[in-house]
Amino acid sequence: MATELKRTELIFREDIDHSALIRKIMKMGKDSFITELIESGLKGRGGAGFPTGLKWKIVKEDPNPVKYIICNADEGEPGTFKDKEILEKASEKVIWGMALAAYITGAKEGYIYIRAEYKYLSTKLKIAIDRMESHIRTLGINFKLGLIFGAGAYICGEETALIQSMEGRRGEPTNKPPYPVNKGYLDRPTVVNNVETFVNAMIIADIGAEEYRKLGTKASQGSKLFSISGDCSKEGVFELEMGMTVQQFVDEFGDGDTKAVQVGGASGFCVPRKEFKNTIIGFEGVPTGGSMKVFNSSRSMYNILENYLIFFEEESCGQCTPCRVGTQQLLHGIRAVKRKEKPKIYLDELLRLAYTMKYASKCGLGRSVGNAFRSIIENFREEIVY
Amino acid sequence: MISNNEEFISQLADKYGRNRESLLPMLQEVMDQFYYLNEDCMITIAKELDISTADVYGTASFYSFLDTNEQGKHVIRVCQTIICDMKRKEDIIDAITELIGIKPGETTHDGKFSLHYTNCLGACHKGPAMLINDEPYTELTPEKVKDILVSYMKK
Ligand code: SF4
Ligand code: FES
Repeated sequence: MATELKRTELIFREDIDHSALIRKIMKMGKDSFITELIESGLKGRGGAGFPTGLKWKIVKEDPNPVKYIICNADEGEPGTFKDKEILEKASEKVIWGMALAAYITGAKEGYIYIRAEYKYLSTKLKIAIDRMESHIRTLGINFKLGLIFGAGAYICGEETALIQSMEGRRGEPTNKPPYPVNKGYLDRPTVVNNVETFVNAMIIADIGAEEYRKLGTKASQGSKLFSISGDCSKEGVFELEMGMTVQQFVDEFGDGDTKAVQVGGASGFCVPRKEFKNTIIGFEGVPTGGSMKVFNSSRSMYNILENYLIFFEEESCGQCTPCRVGTQQLLHGIRAVKRKEKPKIYLDELLRLAYTMKYASKCGLGRSVGNAFRSIIENFREEIVY
Repeated sequence: MISNNEEFISQLADKYGRNRESLLPMLQEVMDQFYYLNEDCMITIAKELDISTADVYGTASFYSFLDTNEQGKHVIRVCQTIICDMKRKEDIIDAITELIGIKPGETTHDGKFSLHYTNCLGACHKGPAMLINDEPYTELTPEKVKDILVSYMKK
């Protein structure tokens, strides 16, 4: 018997009076709300998982008079579309969540960095921004919010690359430290959070840390939006609690013939059928930015891996050698094995290369190419070779 | 023509400010106006922002939506990433090629259309998906794509 998945309906709830919520937080006090946010256990929803409360606290305590709030809406991980859905259906909550962050940290300016592919949303967003700005002024808070568009570069979803891009440069990641919280946009302390994270901050402002913690598991609090696509009984965006097993997920969303589930996009992990039962979706198992791609047994895992590698090879910013050359070599390598130009043990050499990339690459892109690569090669070796 | 460009760029610099942060929005407006970044505009932008032309070109060439060679008036970008691939994006490409005679990477002779592959558009659940200029189109079929293109031919 399949166990019922726990669903929640917080993110798209419509009956929230945002300005009343801000007034409530103003009464509560900045420090108390930060404590609340930390206690809620909210971690960044972009996938990296840094505690949001801590991030806001660091920026709040910085004496620098100029600070920025940035919403990372550069969603680009293959198989991820939940931020777009939020911006389409609950943009107010994102914008007010940013205003809340501005109030707490003392920032007066903010930007939504949105990928060029979502430019069609801009008219709607601008209207919502104007409305928020005039509302929040009546509460005595000055916060100006602007829209900045990306220009077709996946890597700009990495926060330091995003900042470079906002500053008018190539979107190449920079070393951390310095972290954006200390030295971000134009070298000022900057909160960079994902679209979904700002919404969650508003939810916590509304229901409080205690209620929020009841959702999900100890390591993965709250509910999470999942972008579900592929060979499914139903596709789309679903709000589920974290901490379910892949098996539970497949029972609900699979088409009855699921061979593998890619959790966390192209840079995530491929979970094969035999692991469904003992793999938990969440920070304690396979972490995810929310992308779940479902493959049934008609799919060639070789094609899937090749498609991912083409993606990474194109999207690598090319700045560091392990990633620039590594992505090319992995792609050429599996093609050579498929064409029998290389023996199948060559795959082990490629696995070592993927391992090196994990440790020698400068940013998350190069470091995570090996996730899908290893999990596909290890579980579906025959499909790659024959 | 050249003085026209200069005036246009100078207006953009007035609008966005003469600092490095204005570079991307200015390039994006040039794209909207001319469908690609001509050399002239890049040189003028460099002057206005007081940075080197190489810097402007170097930044522009990083981004796949900023083109430094001529593009058609309507740029079609078909998603090539895995879910759209599984949902037969090739049929969509074939239908486009059949109708307007260009393959990915090419521009029609009349300068009306360019066709490109692009990466995940965030519409996987409604794939196959494509973008024409800023407008997304989803759940495509070869028939649907033809109707859409015909509507752009009239624009
Ligand atoms: S790991 Fe890849 S994407 Fe990241 S900085 Fe290096 S080359 Fe660029
Ligand atoms: S794979 Fe085509 S839109 Fe995501």
